[in-house]
Amino acid sequence: MTLDSMHEIFESMETLNKPFWEVVLEYDIEERQVTRQQSIAKMLSTWQAMMDAADSYTGKRRSVSGLVGGDGLKMRQYTMRGRSLSGGYISEVIAEALSMAESNACMRRIVAAPTAGACGVLPAVLLPLCKYEELTQVQILEALYVACGIGAVIAHKASIAGASGGCQAEIGTASAMAAGALVALRGGDGQQIGHAVAMAIKNLLGLVCDPVAGLVEVPCVKRNVIGAVNAVSAADMALAGIESRIDVDEVIDAMGEVGRRLPVEFRETALGGLAATPTGKAVKKRMRHSTPEPQ
Amino acid sequence: MDIFDILGPVMVGPSSSHTAGAARIGCMARTLLGSAPVKANIYLHGSFAETGSGHGTDRALVGGLLGMQPDDLRIPFAFDEAKKAGLAFTVDTIELRDAHPNTAVISVWSADGRNLELQASSLGGGRIMVNKLDGIDVNFTGAYNTLVVRNHDENGTLAAVTTILNQLRINVANMSLCRHKRGGDALMVIETDQHIKPHQVAFLKELPGILSVTYYDKEVESDDAGFDA
Repeated sequence: MTLDSMHEIFESMETLNKPFWEVVLEYDIEERQVTRQQSIAKMLSTWQAMMDAADSYTGKRRSVSGLVGGDGLKMRQYTMRGRSLSGGYISEVIAEALSMAESNACMRRIVAAPTAGACGVLPAVLLPLCKYEELTQVQILEALYVACGIGAVIAHKASIAGASGGCQAEIGTASAMAAGALVALRGGDGQQIGHAVAMAIKNLLGLVCDPVAGLVEVPCVKRNVIGAVNAVSAADMALAGIESRIDVDEVIDAMGEVGRRLPVEFRETALGGLAATPTGKAVKKRMRHSTPEPQ
Repeated sequence: MDIFDILGPVMVGPSSSHTAGAARIGCMARTLLGSAPVKANIYLHGSFAETGSGHGTDRALVGGLLGMQPDDLRIPFAFDEAKKAGLAFTVDTIELRDAHPNTAVISVWSADGRNLELQASSLGGGRIMVNKLDGIDVNFTGAYNTLVVRNHDENGTLAAVTTILNQLRINVANMSLCRHKRGGDALMVIETDQHIKPHQVAFLKELPGILSVTYYDKEVESDDAGFDA
């Protein structure tokens, strides 16, 4: 069994007569030569690490450049005042995406999903939902395996590294994983998961990786927000019965193609985009002349 | 593909290549030295040199030298921890030829005066590759159990080592053998599927022509403990 394309997963679902998440679980059992219990135990400890990262966030730390930290807290306080435009769930998704991504920038412990720079997207859509709905541990597990399967397909067909595929490969992939996970949580079928993934990636196609001073801070932290909010809209569209007009595997191939043809300035080299703005350059210069301490 | 490379690793941020991989490189140097280092000179090349301080690459390398894994919450404070542990270190930049952009060179000393110089690169996602050991080209990742054997360049030494491994029913996954010059020192790197026990490593050291044997045991996953296989 392989996770080489979304259609391969759909076919395995049919031949094994198993849901999406269980196809991914079977793959892990085979690939790592572990038992079902061992695979599930590792997934649960990964989920626990995500929850711990969110629970221990205080918003007090700043990144070594001083550019990042405290925005997740600001968003949360604003949300609690009850006047946010986006309302309950979505504004909490925004707050969580910011919090987790700035935790990463401030050298706290996170779960790369699929990368450290995009670590805020998946927990941002899942954790607030746990507050609004009674989700069982089994449901969460299913959603996480679905997310893994989607990420594995994209890693195989395209890329999940900003250095090779731009930000679309990191935040785009995280967004697709989160969208699929949400559809699975709401009982959507394989086809709906596929459409959610396709729509999530399509909306972020071409996003460049242009980190200021080469650091995982600006614009990475706030890009986690667009990845998460995009995932929620793609999942809702798919659950409403809206379909992607372009097949999901073709969309992933297109993302790979766009990534390969992105100029090197837009692939994590910090030579283009926001990194090459006067402000971006000034930050880089400042970083060179200091040996900062994390706070 | 390991799905826990997609959802994972659990790590201290901000970067899997510049932070998690750097911690692994430090750990690898400590393991290959065979004991806690008391002195370390660290050199950063390429992107490690350019963005290393902003990514905590220097702290992660020092943390690794102190035995910290990539998810160790003490990594941001590794410099203080080094002071407590009695590890003196320097961090400088270096320009290497034909090296991966994320490369570090580490020279470490143990309390009894042994020295080891390692050049390793961080490949992304926290995966690493050791490129050089004491000036000899090698290629191993720490994804397998790894034996590093230093021997005199004499015929029969390789056969002796692999014969023992065969008798121990240890399967060789990958291996390489390189030497400085004919009749000089040579370095065998043997990656194995099975774990090798300490007394078995000690036994290999007793073979004729063997100068030293170092063994790197693949990380054992703690979260698998307690669940029956």
